[in-house]
Amino acid sequence: MNVAGYFDSMDYAPSFEDDGAARKWLASHAKGFGHFIDGAFTKPGAETFETSEPATGKTLAKISQGTDADVNAAVTAARKAAKSWAALPGHQRALKLYALARMIQRNARLLAVVEALDNGKPIRETRDIDMPLAARHFYHHAGWAQIQESEFRDFEPLGVVGQIIPWNFPFLMLAWKVAPALALGNTVVLKPAEATSLTALLFAELAAAAGLPKGVLNIVTGDGRTGGLITEHDGLDKIAFTGSTSVGRKIREVTAGTGKSLTLELGGKSPFIVFEDADIDAAVEGVVDAIWLNQGQVCCAGSRLIVQEGIAETFHKRLAARMEHLRVGLSLDKTIDIGAIIDGDQLTRIRSMVDRGVADGGTLLQPATDMPEGGCFFPPTVLRDMPQTAEAATEEIFGPVAVSTTFRTPGEAIELANHTRYGLSASVWSESVNQALDVAAKLASGIVWVNGTNMMDAGVGFGGVKESGFGREGGREGCFEYLRNRAWTKGKQRSASEPPASRDYVIAPVDRTAKLFIGGKQARPDGNHSRPVVGTDGKVLGEVGEGNRKDIRNAVEAARAAAGWGAKSQHNRAQILYYLGENLSARADEFAARLRAMTGASATKARDEVDASISRLFTYGAWADKYEGRVHMPPMRGLALAIPEAIGTVGVICPPEAPLLGFISAVAPLIATGNRVVAIPSEPHPLSATDFYSVVETSDVPAGVLNIVTGDSMALAKVLAQHNGVDGLWAFGTADLSETVEKLSVGNLKRTFTDYGRRFDWSDPAVAEGEAFLRRATQVKNIWVPYGE
Amino acid sequence: MQQTARLSGSASSNSWRNAGMPLDLGILNNVRVNRSATERRVAALPGRRAVKGPAQSAWLLKAVTCIDLTTLNGDDTEGRVRRLCAKARQPVRPDILEGLGMGDRRITTGAVCVYHRFVPTAVEALKGTGIPVAAVSTGFPAGLAPHDTKLAEIQSSVADGAEEIDIVITREHVLTGNWQALYDEMRDFRDACGEAHVKAILATGDLKTLRNVAKASLVCMMAGADFIKTSTGKEGVNATLPVSLTMIRTIRQYQELTGFKIGYKPAGGVSKAKDVLNYFALMKEELGRDWLEPDLFRIGASSLLADIERQLEHHVTGAYSALERHPIG
Repeated sequence: MNVAGYFDSMDYAPSFEDDGAARKWLASHAKGFGHFIDGAFTKPGAETFETSEPATGKTLAKISQGTDADVNAAVTAARKAAKSWAALPGHQRALKLYALARMIQRNARLLAVVEALDNGKPIRETRDIDMPLAARHFYHHAGWAQIQESEFRDFEPLGVVGQIIPWNFPFLMLAWKVAPALALGNTVVLKPAEATSLTALLFAELAAAAGLPKGVLNIVTGDGRTGGLITEHDGLDKIAFTGSTSVGRKIREVTAGTGKSLTLELGGKSPFIVFEDADIDAAVEGVVDAIWLNQGQVCCAGSRLIVQEGIAETFHKRLAARMEHLRVGLSLDKTIDIGAIIDGDQLTRIRSMVDRGVADGGTLLQPATDMPEGGCFFPPTVLRDMPQTAEAATEEIFGPVAVSTTFRTPGEAIELANHTRYGLSASVWSESVNQALDVAAKLASGIVWVNGTNMMDAGVGFGGVKESGFGREGGREGCFEYLRNRAWTKGKQRSASEPPASRDYVIAPVDRTAKLFIGGKQARPDGNHSRPVVGTDGKVLGEVGEGNRKDIRNAVEAARAAAGWGAKSQHNRAQILYYLGENLSARADEFAARLRAMTGASATKARDEVDASISRLFTYGAWADKYEGRVHMPPMRGLALAIPEAIGTVGVICPPEAPLLGFISAVAPLIATGNRVVAIPSEPHPLSATDFYSVVETSDVPAGVLNIVTGDSMALAKVLAQHNGVDGLWAFGTADLSETVEKLSVGNLKRTFTDYGRRFDWSDPAVAEGEAFLRRATQVKNIWVPYGE
Repeated sequence: MQQTARLSGSASSNSWRNAGMPLDLGILNNVRVNRSATERRVAALPGRRAVKGPAQSAWLLKAVTCIDLTTLNGDDTEGRVRRLCAKARQPVRPDILEGLGMGDRRITTGAVCVYHRFVPTAVEALKGTGIPVAAVSTGFPAGLAPHDTKLAEIQSSVADGAEEIDIVITREHVLTGNWQALYDEMRDFRDACGEAHVKAILATGDLKTLRNVAKASLVCMMAGADFIKTSTGKEGVNATLPVSLTMIRTIRQYQELTGFKIGYKPAGGVSKAKDVLNYFALMKEELGRDWLEPDLFRIGASSLLADIERQLEHHVTGAYSALERHPIG
């Protein structure tokens, strides 16, 4: 069209980003890419596959399929580099990270164009969002390297980290993974997604030129088979994975019991709540950013619109009008909002899920947008008034498709929002600070955006709750994912000790029957069986209930019903912990005598354990109103409130040793931070814990906050691990117990804390109390609050 | 295809002229504007809608037709106004128009905007061109003259031949939430204008909050404004994209309420060709194609034209241009 034509039509002209430099780089690798191992590229492997442009279907490059040997070589190189990299002063690592950040900025356009070609997303997003955020990640983490020695004094790097990243934000996810890992002194073996390996390979090339030492960063390309080789590799200290929940589950299973640290950033079905007092136009624009960013292929996409009934008509009318203005096109076109879906399989999946959504009763909203010929494109879509029973309402579509429903009251909005297995992010739209922050606090998700969506920053932790995975990326909270607590590296392997055979009975003057303690009441075990408790001298000291799966069920129900504990004031929880300490102290002699009888400890040692237990209760009473969040300051006008929140209902398999102190050491940090606990006492020595319930009864602990079920640790641990109403599980005992618990926790992806059979020295406060435990007892929720009038 | 329509004059434009509506405080009370979200939208838009090549030339020429070529200074004289009018008649060098294949189109600015005192001069200078003269009446720029004086000034401007009147509102009414007073004032201004079209200058730089801007916009439209306009050019902050987005969303809301299409005029601060492309994209995305013509979109500017001329010459020749290569306005 000529000037006159445009003058009359006032249309946009297609405006394409220059891809000359990107094509030139690709041409220089026309023979195909090898892996980047030990500072150099390998020759392309025997097995290769093609990577193509989703927007046109044209082939871009040939990529090597990583083999066992490739992964081994990469891990070996990373291991070889690990020691000297970790030994570098923080400042030296900071300089390298800083150089990488600068290098990304210098090559930002090349990276952006390669990314847009390879992924199909609009150049606007790679240029204006992905690359600036990636550079920011390296700058931010260069800073953590610089101050690591003072800020993380008690921690050391994990070692060699395996990282597996998805195709939706190929380069940004690389930055999220690589920057903190390297900054904090780890070396890396990274596998990009097979559909989008190019920017990772380009980065490797640039990083080598920027002077990153050999072996510190290794990149092995390939599909899921290569990913499997990495997750199964026994030479790695950690796996960090971003991807689907189903693959995340497999990784949890495969790594169970290996002692590998694990971070999982998985799927989501994130709510987007619009209150009647919202700026509706802003919220409508928010939907554009929520579900049409990156074609909706975003794990934290706001895909469930939950709109207050009174404004639902207006909202949907304006949303439909807004959708008419969305432009779908080729990734390098600078006049578009939406690019191509990653591949044909994904397109087919989206199409069929939308078809089923319509069949299930959703009303289809789609604009009359021009769609490009060929390529993998899907129009922006809303399924209105989607019945909550439909697949489209509950399952992640991972495409440009939102479903919507209405609510009447704030309580109902929260209920709808939280009624999902996922919990990655949420958006709340309201101009009332009271309403927005109240709802934000009650949403079960790792991230809440107030009057915004899809905001991300290197300084603010990103990560979910429930089946959206665990761990955080970014900010101080993210650093801990790449560090190991030095004090915890010294635990000795427990020796498997058979309990002594019973020979005789200790006859109490008045029979005391230890019961289970469930929902604030002493309860007989469901099966009405008991198990003897044998002292070191072989005498049976008494009997405790033989808890079974139904007792666990009842205890979990009681714990879940006590959710109000988390909403109590920190001061109130502190008081109750002090009160527990006070009441335990009043019975110190009795508890000491019990310890002596069960474990054969000397009088001094037994008394020390009781005193340490009282002190530990005081410690967590002290922490209860001091374990605070942070206010992050991302580059915007506003704040991000990083708040440690309780995990929820947590099972505790108490260690066999230290029957009182082990029990208190695990339970106290959990309840101090608002969790409710189902505790399985030391299997050989359960009586200290059962004695303790009468202390609980006299200390104003609300019913259900602490539940105690005695019995076979392994059997009860299995029930807890498989219970989908249990959010976290701590298990201290054999290596076998750790593996079992981790493996069986995949149903709802529990946050687990295990010792792999290595005993904590419970008597040493440096090891067994404080922030390290509180961090395990909580997960950080980041509430983004942009402001301005 | 739509030709350069005129804001005033033709019968067809009068048929949809805003009839106003009763002041509805309920609507005002429900006004919510989130500043951060507003800023995010306008910040992201240029990246979503690049305008390059022939489309850019076309859009810039269109912008010329939407300019209210303005002189509003204490040292204005008849000579100065005549010079401006000459530029309004031929804002772009004919050879450049030829080069763009637009030699057969009559490209003029949207209007010439002057103080009341110079209305006769401008009317005389523009005779036969169809270019309307806009007058800033009502005690411009502070708008604090007595109400009757302001009405008399409007009537004189209309009598002198102004076809468009840019009024300034009493900011006090907004800052104190006296919506009835603002509504009454605006109604009176509109009545005093008669057939002349009225643009309501909100002086958004004085109103400060986007909520104030949105409410004042709605009240002025309810009271019959044909256009809403950001600024006098004399406030500390003039037209900005966040303010513009806020105002044009109220135009959309008002259209939803009444069916009337209200025009929008950013004024002051739009001085670069690049800025005007962003404004056009915003109008097109938020309101639609209709708002890309001078009957619904004007830009109050004095130095913008010179920058557009340079860009257009660059499009034709491929060489960057200089100010003095284009006739002075």
